[in-house]
Formats: sequence, structure tokens, C-alpha cells
Amino acid sequence: MTQGGAGWPTLLYKELLRFWKVSFQTILAPVLTSLLYLLIFSHVLEANVTVFGGKVPYSAFLVPGLVMMSVLQNAFANSSSSLIQSKINGNLIFILLPPLSPLDLFVAYVAGAMVRGLVVGLGVFAVTLFFAPSLLLMPHPFWALGFAVLGSAILGTLGLIAGISAEKFDQISAFQNFIIMPLTFLSGVFYSIHTLPPFWQTLSHFNPFFYMIDGFRYGFFGLSDVPPMMSLAIVGGCCLALSALTLALLRSGWRLRY
Amino acid sequence: MSAAVEAVNVARRFGPVQALVGVDLTVEEGEFFGLLGPNGAGKTTLISILAGLTRADTGTARILGHDVVTDYRNARRLLGVVPQELVFDPFFTVRQTLAIQSGYFGIRHNDAWIDEILHHLDLTAKADANMRSLSGGMKRRVLVGQALVHKPPVIVLDEPTAGVDVGLRQSLWAFIRKLNRDGHTIILTTHYLEEAEALCGRIAMLKAGQVVALDTKQALLSRFAGLTVRLAAERVPEAWRGRVLRQDAGIFFIGLDRYADLEALLAALRTEGIAIGELALQETDLEQVFLRIMGGDRAAPGIPEAA
Repeated sequence: MTQGGAGWPTLLYKELLRFWKVSFQTILAPVLTSLLYLLIFSHVLEANVTVFGGKVPYSAFLVPGLVMMSVLQNAFANSSSSLIQSKINGNLIFILLPPLSPLDLFVAYVAGAMVRGLVVGLGVFAVTLFFAPSLLLMPHPFWALGFAVLGSAILGTLGLIAGISAEKFDQISAFQNFIIMPLTFLSGVFYSIHTLPPFWQTLSHFNPFFYMIDGFRYGFFGLSDVPPMMSLAIVGGCCLALSALTLALLRSGWRLRY
Repeated sequence: MSAAVEAVNVARRFGPVQALVGVDLTVEEGEFFGLLGPNGAGKTTLISILAGLTRADTGTARILGHDVVTDYRNARRLLGVVPQELVFDPFFTVRQTLAIQSGYFGIRHNDAWIDEILHHLDLTAKADANMRSLSGGMKRRVLVGQALVHKPPVIVLDEPTAGVDVGLRQSLWAFIRKLNRDGHTIILTTHYLEEAEALCGRIAMLKAGQVVALDTKQALLSRFAGLTVRLAAERVPEAWRGRVLRQDAGIFFIGLDRYADLEALLAALRTEGIAIGELALQETDLEQVFLRIMGGDRAAPGIPEAA
């Protein structure tokens, strides 16, 4: 009996190599996009928007939001596009033939997505620091890191779900445009939800992305819209629930093994 | 000792199409086994079930005693599959492709074996070329290489020579034969019947999701009337009318059970005063067996090839 080791480290390596080989598009492009957001929004809104009762300048407030948004979007993009490309090209068979378990697939795809998300997030942070250098003195860096890790894991998992269920590229775009984008933009990336009318404030509390960004921001300012422990509990709970769902899908072979 | 491959009552339906209807099949270790059938007969579905790409509705399949569903890790380690579709990952070179595939099986530092595979498949010069830049035949050989990286004792090739030119086909078969001599069990599906005839020891024929013939090549060849006489004459003796297989512009094809029947035929021709324009004996080949078993018709209607 030939016994090999675990196969998931190689799948993770392949996932990393895949986006690294096209890093211009997968890392530099999103960094540039975030920089444009910062330039335009901070220029237009700096004088008009007050956040955290004026304790934090708007451009400084905006940076963590943009960093987290980049982390989330790129984590989602990585696992979803990798899987759908493999499906469409037919080379998914190379992953389905070896003895990779559902957990192996889950770990490799989600970890690959997390690395991509965090690398892009770090890139965005590096270039935007120029506009708000005081952010380097963040009071709770481990809270920020924790939320970035959990957020990228959640979006990597969502990307995996999208990739598993989709059979065409446009189904991935629909997932992205109708679910991920609205949840991200309505989560308080660009504003504090305390500036919203009561109805929208209440609604925001049902958006898990809100807790990711609010918790992340707490790491930078020591200020948040809701207590960071609450955000951590909600984000952690979402991560566990989505992971369980994804593992169940992978185990069932739904839309992967016909 | 477990069989290399054992399928018991394996059935699978895709929507309205019953792709496999309770297939039973056993392939012993060390065999060179042929799986033949028209498009849509269920060959690829059966292979997909063995490989865990498709799940059977009913029945079980085992690779060297390991169930492909409940013990899939061991079953997949023991099986190498060359898929029918010409697929590749455009991000990688030939060597990367093989090293990554090897890693999926948990085998790292596999360079010596990968070099040997590259050599046998005549790909050494292309080892560092991107997959995208390869010709169809080369991509096909990389697929063969990917199926072999983990040295599987059982190898399934789903029409591996489609689109590969004659010279390469020969070298590919020499390599597969060597693997078989070294003890690997080979299961081959092919559309080239002469290939199956030259290579396979035992053959199963599938039609509309069922095994309609399963025997050694020799038994299949002898079961279907060893000889055919090709006779050019104005007519056939009265008593021989029923033995005419086919008639084509004054040329009759007459089936014989054995050589001794030829004397009786010649005697009848002489008795009835029929002049022989031309007479030739042909031995039955696998293609004639195949056509007779399949009833002369092509793929059963309404059954698409399952990918």
C-alpha cells in the first residue's frame, strides 16, 4: 500500500502560485483602485463628514474601511475565480482524482484566499498610510489583525460556496454584484452608521460585514459603533457556520462530483 | 487477493437517460483489459464512477478491494486515470504540472520518477515549456504523465490516443505495454478496434449501459464464426443461401464455421456448375465481432456521451 502525506499543502501552493503569477492584476490593480477611492472620497468629503464625534479625521477613518474592503473582496475573488476557472477549463479533474478530502479542499482554497486578501490589504494599508500616517500608532493591532483574518476567512469561504454552486462565470459576477458588493458598501466602509437614519442603522446591524469593519476599525482607533467583543462573537459565529455549510457541500459532492 | 477492479451491479441515471444498467465487471491484477462500445454506451460513466468523479445510484465499485466511496483515499491512491477531454492548467509548465499533481497525492520530492515519465513520454525537451504552448498530442502525453505520477497499480486510459499521430501512438503503446509487463493493470477504452485487438487480453463490450460481451479476445474472435469467404460468382448454391452474410454486386460474403466447410462449399459449387470468378478467405477481426455484437447500428439513440 502506497501511503502519501497530506495533499492540501500542494493545493495551497498551487492556489498561491496561481494569483502570484498574475500579481499585476490580482494585487496591484486592487491596491490602485483603493488608492483612487481614498483620493476622491477624502478630497470630496473631508470637510463635510464628521465621524466618531469629530475625534477622528475622515481620511483616517476611511483608510481602515478601504483596507478591510480590499481584504474581503480579494479573498472572495480568489477562491471563487480559481474554482470557476477550473470548472470551465475542465482541469478541476486534477483536484478531484487525487485523495484530497473535503477538509483538504476547504483548507487549501480558503487559506489561499486569505493570503491573497491579506496581501492586498497590506498593500492598500502601505500606500494609504501616506495620507494618514498616524494610523501606524494603532492602539489594538491584534484586534485589527484578528478581524482581518476572520473577515478574509469568511469571504474565502463565501467565494468557495459561489465557486461550487456556479456553472458559469456570470453566476460568479451575480454573486459578487448582488450579494458581496451591497453588503460591503452598506457595512460602513465609507461612513459611521451613527450618521445614518434610525431605520438604516437598525438594518445595518443585520449585516455581518458591518461587524467585520467595525471591529477592524476598533483596532485602529479604540473606538467603534458596537462593542468589539460583540463584533468578534458575531463574526466568529458567521465564520464557523459558513465553514460548516461549505464542508457539508464539499462532502455531498454537489456540483463537483456528478 | 482482491481484484484490480470490481464493479457490482453499478447503475447510474442522468435525468431521463439510464447511462449504466447494473454493470458487473471484474478485472484481475495484471490484466490488459479493453472496454469497448459506441459513443454513449456508458464507458466514460463507468470510468468516472471508478475514479470517484461520478457517484453510482446503486451498486458498489472497488479498486484492489477499496470501495471508491467509503474508502476513497486508498482507492484513489491505487488508481491513475487519463481523462478523455484534453484539459490542462494554463498557469503552469509541464514539470510544474507533474510536480503539483504528485503533491496532491502527498508525494513530494518525486523528481526522479517525473524525469523518467518525461523521458518515456518524449517530453524532456518540453519540461519547462508552458502547457499553453504545447501541441494537442503533447498535452495528451502530459495527461498520461499526470495519471502516472503516483505510480498507481491500476491505470485507466479513456481513449488516450485520440488526436495523437501514428508515431507517437506507437511509442505511447510501447510505454503502456512496459507498464503492463511491470505488473500494472491497464484498462483501456478506445475507438480504434485494431488497438484493442493488438493490446488487450480480455475485452468487455458495452451497449446502452450494459455489458453485452465479456470474454478473452480469442474467445470473442472464435465465437463469431472464424471465417468469411469472399466469392465472386453469378449465384450461390441453393443450400448455401442462408449462410450469405452480405451481398455486394456479384460478390457474396459467406460465413464458415471451420475450414472443413470450405470443401463442402466448393463441392456444392461444382455440383451446380457455378463458375468461380474469384474466391478469398478472410479471418474475422475484432471489428467484425464488434459490429455483430452491436447489431450493426451505431450509438443507441438518445444517449449522449456522458462526460
